[in-house]
Amino acid sequence: MVGIESYAVYIPAGRLQRAAIATALGSGRGRGARPVASYDEDSTTLGVAAARRALGSRAITGSLWFATSRPAYLEKSNAVTVAAASGLGEEAPAYDVGGALRGGAGALRAGLAEGSALVVASDLRFGLPGSADEADGSDAAAAFVVGADPVAELVATASVTREFLDRWREPGDVRTRTWEDRFGVEEYLPLAGRAVEDVLARGDVARDALAQVVVSTPHARARSQVANSFPAEVTELGSVAGAGYAGTADLGVGLVAAFERAKPGDLVLALSLADGADAFLFRMTERHQPGRSGLETLDGPEAEVSYVDFLTWRGLLPREPARRPDVKPPVPPASRRTTDWKFGFVAGRCRECGYRNLPPRRVCLRCRASDAFEPEVMVDVPARVATFTDDWLSESVQLPAKVVAVDFEGGGRFEFEMTDAAGHTPSIGDAVVPTFRVASVAGNGVRNYIWKVRPHREEDR
Amino acid sequence: MAVHALRNPVAIVGMACTTFGEHWDRSVDDLLVDATQDAVASVPGLELEAVDAFWLGSMISGVSGLTLTRPLALAHKPVTRVENMCATGSEAFRNACYAVSAGAYDVVMAVGGEKLKDAGYSGLEMPSVPNDGTPPVLSAPAMYSMIVPAYARRYGVSPEQIKEAMTHIAWKNHGNGALNPRAQFRKAVSKETIARAPALAGNLSVFDCSGVADGGAAAVIVRAEDALKYTDRPLYVHALALDAGAGTGRNDSAYDYSDLGESRASAQAAYDQAGITDPATEISLAEVHDCFTPTEMVLMEELGFSAPGEAWRDVLDGRYDRTGALPVNIDGGLKSFGHPIGASGLRMLFEMWLQFRGEAGERQVDTSGFGLVQNQGGSPGDLVSAVTIVSSRLRGE
Repeated sequence: MVGIESYAVYIPAGRLQRAAIATALGSGRGRGARPVASYDEDSTTLGVAAARRALGSRAITGSLWFATSRPAYLEKSNAVTVAAASGLGEEAPAYDVGGALRGGAGALRAGLAEGSALVVASDLRFGLPGSADEADGSDAAAAFVVGADPVAELVATASVTREFLDRWREPGDVRTRTWEDRFGVEEYLPLAGRAVEDVLARGDVARDALAQVVVSTPHARARSQVANSFPAEVTELGSVAGAGYAGTADLGVGLVAAFERAKPGDLVLALSLADGADAFLFRMTERHQPGRSGLETLDGPEAEVSYVDFLTWRGLLPREPARRPDVKPPVPPASRRTTDWKFGFVAGRCRECGYRNLPPRRVCLRCRASDAFEPEVMVDVPARVATFTDDWLSESVQLPAKVVAVDFEGGGRFEFEMTDAAGHTPSIGDAVVPTFRVASVAGNGVRNYIWKVRPHREEDR
Repeated sequence: MAVHALRNPVAIVGMACTTFGEHWDRSVDDLLVDATQDAVASVPGLELEAVDAFWLGSMISGVSGLTLTRPLALAHKPVTRVENMCATGSEAFRNACYAVSAGAYDVVMAVGGEKLKDAGYSGLEMPSVPNDGTPPVLSAPAMYSMIVPAYARRYGVSPEQIKEAMTHIAWKNHGNGALNPRAQFRKAVSKETIARAPALAGNLSVFDCSGVADGGAAAVIVRAEDALKYTDRPLYVHALALDAGAGTGRNDSAYDYSDLGESRASAQAAYDQAGITDPATEISLAEVHDCFTPTEMVLMEELGFSAPGEAWRDVLDGRYDRTGALPVNIDGGLKSFGHPIGASGLRMLFEMWLQFRGEAGERQVDTSGFGLVQNQGGSPGDLVSAVTIVSSRLRGE
């Protein structure tokens, strides 16, 4: 039996009110809010957040499959960064399924075919101001641990591949272009019908036996028409429906929402329509226990992001920078030497005195014992603010940067920029949570990934 | 551990200091030429050729002793470049003193100079070794602003009381600088103006930060036994101390950001050398490293001038004012004299030179006891500190 052993989503805390777009542009109207990745998040960091949550303390034996349509790097693998920051060992193969929206379904299929894998799909959705991709997009990531003891057993899959141009974007471009709406609908509807028919036949399942149906496609009208061909109660996904289309992560986010609503024995169909159709049929097992998937964030406290900040963060509203020296990029050999620390947030615990050294070092900063350290992952270690300050002269995009000295339970201190904290006033003793982010992108294009901390939230545990 | 006073004491017999400020029209060469030639000229009959060796302090304005020899066209001299962050000026002086005390040379010079205003930025860009991008990147005011909440918690003082003391220090040092023709900022500023300035980091405003300046300073040093051959009013050196911490405070949860232990240790080592047992009464005047106003406040305790937890009150009581019991930063300090890194330690000594010779004019204070110079580099938890003690009296007199 192969299927999904564990799953999670990561929805960034920021929310852009769609009405704010309409107001700024003086046209249209908007309802609800869309999730927005912060200035220090990219598809890689969103993916890490989902992967860490899905993995928990699990180890995987297979590959990492990472899909995104907004890769942080080309040529250099982003999957490898996700693997390193998610704590996978060097023995885990890690592959990018990059560029096309269909990669979200492709990564899931690859992971399921492998039988043991970590599947991560992550995207940031934006386009030119006023576009549907901007208003109706959602920044999100989803992750699935595939294995032999599933909570959702894979019953069958089906795929149809069709060459046609419904939407396209040149590498590096902001804007996605689309063909006429009706063309896409007429192409997608038969593809959807065929994939659903095939997967139900292969699973020997009747259409009316489906408890949950997820339809994911960038084509809004195709989505509603296909969804309407099922009873409303099986396609109802709760808060996810209002968040917007999440690119390569959309299928996964929808699937997680469906899993969360399902009970053991339920059949869940997930259908992706992008350059063809991909259908996945799952049956929930007795192991299934909903909760703690990360979807709670959609109903939790929201951090309002102004339209101006949204545009600025996505590079669509370049602003005059402060008169400060150029950001210095991390250098590859130094980053390579400290991969476990920089990406995995692994400290060194002194074998002599027990104090955790952050970062790891040769000589213990407390007892001066040499080369006597055990690696220790700090990501889940409870941490509290020791002291703090605001820095208006920081290189950070968000001023003032909130700098906190953080003490870890059981020993260890490091100074971090506190993120997701606009308008938040830290206090000594506040609980904080480590989070993998982009500190800066240097002039040579090198992205400085580091661990920051954010305020502890209700849903963290 | 053995730290001793110099077996052969030394003395300063000539000094010079340029004006500090935004010298758009002067290069580091100009500043070093001015400081060096003026220091030589301050010693009657001395020629540059007669100076046997040089120690040049500069953090970012040039590498090697050639930074000094090239502009002076000075050939075939032992010239060493010294760097120890913002304590660089004191380090150049300390090492020069050791050489002349050891008898290796008879006349030496310590020169410090820095050209900061060609960088194009209002702050100071620290040279950094290429790294993995994980060291925390905080501005210097942010690092020092961490003192305030830590001190408040440690002694149960409110941040408002600390801010009041910080404002007093800025007010005092601006007032002192207003009397100093060499200072970068020569204007007294009201406490109201200081208190309402917008924050740059924590509760520090621009008035709590030292001035970023260009400048140079130099001292001519000989053995004390020879001093009167060069001047009738030498400045005798009683102690030279340096303390480099382990730099681990920022990664040690036992560390409290209001603790400047390196300053304390360097002061204690200096007091031992000078035979000082009660610094609060034996020291008549001090030039200390007021890179930020909370630094000066905490230093009053680390140097033994105020009891722990009492500095903020002593500051507000005027104890460290120019007219107070122990005047601190009479020349305006880093705050208003300006802080050209490599020159600052020597600039502090220059005020001692003027004060102990009775040449400080409007700023003149009583010099019956010792003078203390404290100069540090780094940030709380990651610090070097140098302390120098001087007076116009030879040891034992």
